[in-house]
Amino acid sequence: MNVLLLLIIASLLVAIGFLITFLWAVKSGQFEDTHTPAFRILLDGNGKSVDKNKE
Amino acid sequence: MSVPVSATKEKKVCYHCGLDCNSTKISVGEKIFCCNGCKMVFELLAANDLGQYYDLNKTPGTTPPPEGTTEKFGYLDDASFQQQLLHLSDGKRATVVLYIPNLHCSACIWLLESLYKMEPGILRSRVNFLRKTVSITFDQEQLSLRKVVERLASIGYEPRISPEDIQPEKDRKSRRGLYLKIGIAGFGFANIMLFSLPEYFAGPGKIPPEFTRFFGILNILLALPVFFYSSWDYFRSAWYSLKSRSVNMDVPIAMGIITLFSRSIFEIVTRHGPGWLDSFSGLVFLLLLGKLFQEKTYQTLSFERDYKSYFPVSVIRVSGEKEKSVPLSRLRIGDRILIRNNEIVPADSVLIRGKGRIDYSFVTGESETVTKVSGDLIFAGGRQEGSAIELEVVRDVSQSYLTQLWNSDAFKKQGGAGITSLANQISKYFTAIVIIIASLAGLYWLFVNPEHALNAFTAVLIIACPCALALATPFTLGNVLRIFGRNRLFMKNSTAVEQLSRVDTILLDKTGTLTDTKKINVTFIPAPDKQPLSRDELCLIKTVVRHSTHPHSRRIYASIEPAVYDGILKRFEEFPGKGIEAEVSGHTLRIGSAGFVKGEGNEPIDPGSAVYIAIDGELKGHFRLNIQYRKGYTRLLKRLGERYKLLLVSGDNDRGKKILEPFFAGEGAMFFNQTPFDKLKLVESLQRSGRRVMMVGDGLNDAGALKQSDIGITISEDVNSFFPACDGILDAGSFSLLPRFLQCSSYGMRIIRVSFVISFLYNAIGLGFAVQGILSPLISAILMPLSSISVVVFTTVSTNLIAGKLGLKGYYGFKTNNS
Repeated sequence: MNVLLLLIIASLLVAIGFLITFLWAVKSGQFEDTHTPAFRILLDGNGKSVDKNKE
Repeated sequence: MSVPVSATKEKKVCYHCGLDCNSTKISVGEKIFCCNGCKMVFELLAANDLGQYYDLNKTPGTTPPPEGTTEKFGYLDDASFQQQLLHLSDGKRATVVLYIPNLHCSACIWLLESLYKMEPGILRSRVNFLRKTVSITFDQEQLSLRKVVERLASIGYEPRISPEDIQPEKDRKSRRGLYLKIGIAGFGFANIMLFSLPEYFAGPGKIPPEFTRFFGILNILLALPVFFYSSWDYFRSAWYSLKSRSVNMDVPIAMGIITLFSRSIFEIVTRHGPGWLDSFSGLVFLLLLGKLFQEKTYQTLSFERDYKSYFPVSVIRVSGEKEKSVPLSRLRIGDRILIRNNEIVPADSVLIRGKGRIDYSFVTGESETVTKVSGDLIFAGGRQEGSAIELEVVRDVSQSYLTQLWNSDAFKKQGGAGITSLANQISKYFTAIVIIIASLAGLYWLFVNPEHALNAFTAVLIIACPCALALATPFTLGNVLRIFGRNRLFMKNSTAVEQLSRVDTILLDKTGTLTDTKKINVTFIPAPDKQPLSRDELCLIKTVVRHSTHPHSRRIYASIEPAVYDGILKRFEEFPGKGIEAEVSGHTLRIGSAGFVKGEGNEPIDPGSAVYIAIDGELKGHFRLNIQYRKGYTRLLKRLGERYKLLLVSGDNDRGKKILEPFFAGEGAMFFNQTPFDKLKLVESLQRSGRRVMMVGDGLNDAGALKQSDIGITISEDVNSFFPACDGILDAGSFSLLPRFLQCSSYGMRIIRVSFVISFLYNAIGLGFAVQGILSPLISAILMPLSSISVVVFTTVSTNLIAGKLGLKGYYGFKTNNS
């Protein structure tokens, strides 16, 4: 039965990983504009409109 | 009045902006353009290898402003102004968020995000489509803010700059916090549920004790952040409410949450049982979801605008021969300023040079323009129509006539205060009853079996936690809010929807609200025994009125078929207040008032709204310019009049009295020549006599009344343009739906009441278990979510059914049965 304890902890850790990803996504502002990215993905040749001067 | 023109074989539209352009000859290759501006943008984009713009969408562009207007961005060089707009990351880079009203399609996004190809100084640009903003990061050594804005203007995306418009920071932060709270609560809920299931399925005592212990500890660890972080707002709100000696909905919620949590911890630690932590975290999770659902915000709309955002941010100051654009805050008494056609006078000033024709309709409600000559005082807020005028400022912007309105008390009181929502009204009694039942159950067991006493007492508090009750309001009002939004009534928040349902008196403004200021009905009425105008005659008239800036001339100009005005103008003379005399292609035309055209002594039949025409001394008839009421206004007024007390309050004279009289019953239901202050006072006096007032208006002249009223609705032709602070913005196209919105809101309140009954029923079942002291975690784990979900399903389905019944577009795409 001890292996069950180990598995439960492992699964919880994975879940915590997802939680942290979610928290990061919120903090980085990904939930602020959920509309524009839907257009952006269809505009080809423009995958990176980011900083061409930035190294 | 229009002349039928032979149907064009093929509709030709501008390659850039999509406007009809039959008569222009501007083209590049096979592509035609309506104006040089559009052609320039096309060439500019082509030269920068950005032609893809036109593949993404057909005719995606907007006509850029005519050349030579760049001077107006001069104020952007002002350092203090830049400070307000720019976010500096370091010395070199600056980021600016600009509001672009013209942003409308995917091609716009593409072009604006490709700006760096065109302008090397631009490092990055990012569009937020819903907010209609673009965030541009640029190199300050290569570019200035002014250059960036001018570049945007040159390709037809002129930003509207107003520091007030771009301050969404706070709102964004609180939304982020809510997402985080929901994330944590959801995470806790799912995992605690998982660890509680073995106990439920196996039954008590069947699981090895070390596992029960292990799950218990994990559950506590998971529940801690849910208690201390996710549910914190409820504790705070309940605490504030108790402190101010009232009981809002959050009090019984906080009571339930705290009891649930502490009793669960106690049971787990003392090994009495598995606790209710799954119910606890599920409860918090659902409550927070309800909160998120309720907070439907319209990102591009701001409901708190005051006169400042109606005013321009800059004005052209004239000193000697030099013209310089300066920020409004730099304007001083004695400054000479230049106001061009369609610009707004920002401060009370005296006219120095030029012909003033001031449109005050937005400020005072007067529908006719006022003619001013040099030496006359012009109040702030008026819009100049016609040629440029020069003014001398006599009062500071903050001291002007219009601004005084904002010093009134109505603008100082906090919005939202004094409104007790239905849920909060109920919660007072609800909390009292719950505590009484809990105490009675506790006392009973104290005598019968003291071991059960605390158990029963807490069980009652837990099961009576008004989760379903608390969800009924946000979900119903959130749904109604969304249904309104789909039908183009944008409410500030869900409290406003509840307010809407309580209205019993409706005040309507006339100019711009019942009437459509943009549309004036122009009809030609031939003089007795005369024929209607021929095509050639129309051509002559159009050629003449083209050269006049009088609003009547423009309306006549606009009403005549676009293609005809190629007469040759020889002489043109305008007599202010009278009319025009002109010679075109060998004919003499007199256009203007009856007295002017027919000779002195003739009484005008139709003062102010008739323009007479004489060609070569022969009277042809007159154009009648009728104020146009909004479509469906008779039905609307009739329907509103059946259920509400209707009042008309207008800043205009009583011109429309005859037409409107049948709808406003009784003495003293119609008020004319009202100043903004009068309107505000009227609302106040109605409220003092116990009426709940809704004000429907459009302009700054209604701003005081909109703010003072229990609910203020602004009508706007273009919801992205300026409107005064209010609780809701109604798109002019949905004007006739107003009675349905009102009905929908009161149905919404009825739905909330029914949901309350449903949740009380669940509570009664739960209480049955609780008072007996046999409420097990399993029962509560089933009962609590079940009651919440049934309330959510009920409210969602019923609001949409009602929307369909009322002929409003439903939120979930339910088809409506009414046009």
